[in-house]
Amino acid sequence: MQLTEIRWHARAGQGAVTAAKVVAETALSADQYMQAMPEYGPERMGAPIKAFTRISDEPIEIHNNIEFPDVVIVLDDSLIDVVDVTEGIKPNGSIIINTCSPAAAVKKALGVADTVTVACVDASGIALDTIKRDIPNTPIVGAFTKVTGVINIDTFKGLLAKNLSKKFGQEMIDANFAAVDRAYQEVTVA
Amino acid sequence: MANQKTIAETGNVLVAQAMRQCKPDVMAAYPITPQTTIVEEFAKYVAQGRCHTEYVTVESEHSAMSACVGASAAGARVMTATCSQGLALMWEELYIAAGMRLPIVMANANRALSAPINIHCDHSDAMGARDAGWIMLFAETAQEAYDNTIMSVRIAEHSDVLLPVMTCLDGFITTHSVDRADIFDDDTVAEFVGEYVPAYALLDTDNPSSHGNFSGLGGPYFEFKKQQRLAIDASMAVIKSVGAEFSELSGRPFDVVEGWGMEDAEVVIVVIGSSAGNVRHVARGLRAQGIKAGVLKIRVFRPFPAAEVAAALVGVKAIAVMDRSESFGAEGGPLYLEVRSALYDSSERLPVVDYIYGLGGSDVRLELIERVYSDLADIASGSMAPFGMTYLGTR
Repeated sequence: MQLTEIRWHARAGQGAVTAAKVVAETALSADQYMQAMPEYGPERMGAPIKAFTRISDEPIEIHNNIEFPDVVIVLDDSLIDVVDVTEGIKPNGSIIINTCSPAAAVKKALGVADTVTVACVDASGIALDTIKRDIPNTPIVGAFTKVTGVINIDTFKGLLAKNLSKKFGQEMIDANFAAVDRAYQEVTVA
Repeated sequence: MANQKTIAETGNVLVAQAMRQCKPDVMAAYPITPQTTIVEEFAKYVAQGRCHTEYVTVESEHSAMSACVGASAAGARVMTATCSQGLALMWEELYIAAGMRLPIVMANANRALSAPINIHCDHSDAMGARDAGWIMLFAETAQEAYDNTIMSVRIAEHSDVLLPVMTCLDGFITTHSVDRADIFDDDTVAEFVGEYVPAYALLDTDNPSSHGNFSGLGGPYFEFKKQQRLAIDASMAVIKSVGAEFSELSGRPFDVVEGWGMEDAEVVIVVIGSSAGNVRHVARGLRAQGIKAGVLKIRVFRPFPAAEVAAALVGVKAIAVMDRSESFGAEGGPLYLEVRSALYDSSERLPVVDYIYGLGGSDVRLELIERVYSDLADIASGSMAPFGMTYLGTR
């Protein structure tokens, strides 16, 4: 059983719960099994929140919290000083961060083992350029597809188009595609 | 087997979809905290014209169940949803719904009761209502929550039963998590549940009847209660037959108790709800190490499948019950009391211990379950004495 466990860190309002769900839906469209669960608590805009995704090629029967994630995705680099985003990361895991800082510097600052991959992408900057709003959740999934290969970028874009077409026109779909592609190309790892 | 579509949705959305597909005439709900997104989702379907349900927004959960009682007595197919404090506030009406023999179907998201304030998964809400006269089904997954909801309609409305059904799913773990599930098309569900033909509708003026009348000293109150007992006992056969029919339609197994590895199990955990998956996962690992671990999942709690539980546990060496609720001052949690009682007539005296776990959403870590199986191995070998009840994983 190939099980991937993902933890999302974000500030409430950045779309982490939606992204966790879209990644799960993408996995489903590739006929995989998945769970996506937000961590609920007293919540207000801007407060640190967590969400979780599990993806597997076989049915998932566990329902406990994810303590030792394979992948951590951080949607806001100011959280690095507030919460321990590296908590429980597996020795060969990946941490993907929305930041302008270079990956090597971030890796040093996080103090993680050499075997952990730290991937950085300016998802907010890309979102502002393409979608014209600071919604880093869509581009960061583009970076996630490249760094981990757990879901396929084209499958993700297909699902994105399907979801967006319910409310928006082709222009918005193209802007989101551009965001995903740019993050895929621009993500750097250390 | 009917055609189904695989989707990714939360347990709440799946229950709301199941309810819409069962075409209730009336849904009464108090659409703010403490509620679930089940009624929020359902309100959306009504607004979109995807169902023709009379959606009654009321001022409290007490009123929600009161409205359900009135509408059901009038002859409507009625549904609602609740959780934790909301279910607690419905207390009086739960007994009235059962006493008036009204086939209301209610989803309950199992969540903790105050105090201290906590919104997370816990079975205390439903277990507190276990003597109210409702049939109670529990789901391990969002898929089971969807399936149980559809079956509930047929069970509740069966002429041998006519009792309300509470269909329970674990708060947050199942209600708010997106999971993979297969759903039917609307016509398949409509055909399975059929049209509701009430036997004694208040609004059937050609056949006048009265419900829930005063029955003081010397009245038929005592006999009514006996009728309720006979009905809920009779419901076991109905649950099994509806379950078998549903199983054929869905291709998914259903039983009132569902065993894993029980054929030759020596150490067994009895469990309800989402934790059954965690327990099965650990048991799988232990089997690979040669330990004969088994899991007995309770899917129907009322009526309690005592005979089925006792039969499943024959030949086992040690049993642990996991209770996600308390019965303060009793010998153990509600499930433990049932399981021990079910085993009383067994020819062999089996050691049974109880673990209170996961209250207020406390995480059911796999190492905790490993500890339970390890205790059971020690009890089975005689190196540990059965200890009654304990708390699992408190700090």
